[in-house]
Amino acid sequence: MFSLQDKRLAEEIVSRIQKEDVCLRFMHVCGTHQDTLMKSGLDSVLASCGITIGQGPGCPVCVTTPREIEEILLLAWKGKTVATFGDMIRVPGETASLQQLKADGCDVRTVYSIDDAVQLAERNPSNDVVFMAVGFETTAPTTASVLLHDPPLNFSVLSCHRVIPPALHALLEMGEIKIDGFIEPGHVSTIIGLQPYESLSSIYHIPQVVAGFEPLDLLMAVWMLMQQVKAGDARVENEYTRAVKPEGNIKAQQAMNKVFAHVDAKWRGFPLLPKSGLLLRKKYETYDARKKYEDELQEIKEKEYPDPVGCLCGEVLRGLISSKECPLFGRGCTPDSPVGPCMVSVEGSCTIEYRYAKKK
Amino acid sequence: MYNNSFFSFACHGKQFRVKFINASGSRVPVCLAIPGKIVSLDAVKQFATVDYGGGTQRQANVTLVEVRLGDYVLVHAGFAIQVIEENEAKETLKLFRQMLAFQGEG
Repeated sequence: MFSLQDKRLAEEIVSRIQKEDVCLRFMHVCGTHQDTLMKSGLDSVLASCGITIGQGPGCPVCVTTPREIEEILLLAWKGKTVATFGDMIRVPGETASLQQLKADGCDVRTVYSIDDAVQLAERNPSNDVVFMAVGFETTAPTTASVLLHDPPLNFSVLSCHRVIPPALHALLEMGEIKIDGFIEPGHVSTIIGLQPYESLSSIYHIPQVVAGFEPLDLLMAVWMLMQQVKAGDARVENEYTRAVKPEGNIKAQQAMNKVFAHVDAKWRGFPLLPKSGLLLRKKYETYDARKKYEDELQEIKEKEYPDPVGCLCGEVLRGLISSKECPLFGRGCTPDSPVGPCMVSVEGSCTIEYRYAKKK
Repeated sequence: MYNNSFFSFACHGKQFRVKFINASGSRVPVCLAIPGKIVSLDAVKQFATVDYGGGTQRQANVTLVEVRLGDYVLVHAGFAIQVIEENEAKETLKLFRQMLAFQGEG
């Protein structure tokens, strides 16, 4: 009922795309888009039509910085109960991952939702529970909602939330690669709506289409981008109308604004991006793990944490190279023994490439 | 049903096969959201039981949306993030066809 499956329509769109005879490069910023492209085989279909689609920085776990990883590792090491999403616990830090610390006896829990972490704190009042909050605008409101509902005081959040539009600005501003259009992430847009993308189109004259996650959604988005390119247009269009309203989810936006302030933040592979990170506002300071455990985090405050040696996650995240072009891909770096986060996360383009390349 | 559904076609002399897939999977990416129906709702409208079909029901936090019993919602990381209409997929297909027709043959 919510599934978009219409074979004839898909064939029709592909044949239209084929006829256009173009050479275009689009970028999406969502691991689920990449998964759909690879799993369905659309990536090779579109490549044969002259269209390449790369994945940008659209993987929350991947853009988390080495420093943030060290922060959570240190807190786990110092005896806190650390809870986070599944992917995060396998991301290698300088000397270990959360998973390895867990094997060494630290209390590390994988949760499906921030609510699970709050329950953990409620059930274990003598434990200090720290939730490592990663994710873009789709996930940040869930953290906000929890903090607005007075969680127990032994619960705190290490906010690693980031917002997407500043990263898109940075990609175009840096101008390292040619991008003919953006396929915008459907579920981030469910929250933020269409307006935050407008300035990109007006400043950089770039076509944008918000897209859903089924193969037909992506085919349609590509076709819509092509129509814009052909007409010399640069607008924000919405292909994913069944989930994305132009104004987004206002209740979720309000929750986010109450709890978070936008701050300049580093992303893996990127310089400091203005207003791209979400920091807990002063009112919620009691739940801010960085404030609460400031003394314990002091020892790594001044330290610099470089990316792992040889790891090209930064280049992958900026769309400069494909995963396969990294010398470590499939050799020193595999999902079982990852060097960088793009090989860890289910949304990382290296993991996705590895998973489907093996099947092809 | 999803995995057996595909179409194939030829392009530049090569045969391609495109699979229709369900965007959900056993390992859930952070940005993924799955549609389900609200089958029960607590008194303060904080939590709901969401039915995803196939006998799968889970609790979801509904504090980020305005919902009623029987509504369909997109659920992400345990939270309903948007209310969706039951027939929207059908509407989307209709819209696609209209757009393609409007654009004519090219």
